[in-house]
Amino acid sequence: MTTPKEPWRQRDALTDLYYMEARARLLDVAAFLDRMDRASGTDDHRLRSLRAALSFLNDGKADRTRRILESWSDPSAAPADSADTKGATGAWPKL
Amino acid sequence: MRYIEPHAHMVSRTTDDYTAMVTAGCVAVCEPAFWAGFDRCSVDGFRDYFRQLTEIEPRRAARYGLPHFSWLCINPKESEDLGLAEAVLSIIPEFLDKPNVLGIGEIGLNKNSRNEVKIFERHVQIAVEHDRLILVHTPHLEDKLKGTKLILDILRNAGVRPGRTLIDHVEEHTVRHVLDAGHWAGITLYPESKATPARAIDMVEQYAAERLWLNSACDWGHSDPLAVPKTALEMRRRGHAATAIDALIYGNPLRFLSQYSGFKVADHVGGSV
Repeated sequence: MTTPKEPWRQRDALTDLYYMEARARLLDVAAFLDRMDRASGTDDHRLRSLRAALSFLNDGKADRTRRILESWSDPSAAPADSADTKGATGAWPKL
Repeated sequence: MRYIEPHAHMVSRTTDDYTAMVTAGCVAVCEPAFWAGFDRCSVDGFRDYFRQLTEIEPRRAARYGLPHFSWLCINPKESEDLGLAEAVLSIIPEFLDKPNVLGIGEIGLNKNSRNEVKIFERHVQIAVEHDRLILVHTPHLEDKLKGTKLILDILRNAGVRPGRTLIDHVEEHTVRHVLDAGHWAGITLYPESKATPARAIDMVEQYAAERLWLNSACDWGHSDPLAVPKTALEMRRRGHAATAIDALIYGNPLRFLSQYSGFKVADHVGGSV
């Protein structure tokens, strides 16, 4: 574990450092969802998983990043019979 | 600033990248064998690639005063063809005594298939037989958590010494699994699909930083060969001591990689962050 010096363990210092970046990224997510609303068609598993993950952001519990990544993960344990593709989509397709 | 780039696919990078990395303080670069963006169709294609990694690329890096090291394997993306994979495995020992070869890597899983598991186990067997270091690739995105758990089970059953194995591309949902099993963990800094500098530093602040390293894994895709020094600057902005930054980006990879007696760094760069 590596610990930053004071005042970088204080919320106001980290807010100064990261607030504008977080603000911009949150607006990007909002704009993305607005764009989807204007588009025709239905949500695929990626959009469904993204929308579901939004509930983690303001639930007041810690480890949001870990919990979101886990929610998007393949929950099975046994190896797949074969690799029918090389790529990953970002969220488990059966979500 | 001085740093070691422990994971970079330099065969797909330009000479400008070498210049930029050395200018930023890079004192050694390590290149795992990986997927070329297409499936190679013969064992001779791999023999040529292994020559590139063990003979050609070290000479190219040396023009910039940068020691170059490599890891050898067939990538899990090419493991579905068991016949070809076994043929490639059979030629790896021909190259293990090349002076820049650190060990077996980046082996692992991609889609967590049965054939990928078989070939991963065979790679581990070769590493154990030849007493070499291991570098493990964990799967992408939704496949990472399951693949990491499978990989840890396989390594434990094979009797691999955890301190000689680095498991790469960890994120917030896998880093604790890897460190708790005693292995080293690598955090890959990618613009989109792995960790950002801010998230990487969050993990460094929360977990056993003495067994973590940072890497760019720069290749032919969306990646940044200067991701490690840029993250060092981010750590400085966040109030981390120069000694802690140096330990993470230089000291840690030096400790792990020095388990191979042939590992060395350039002597022309030094100083503190």
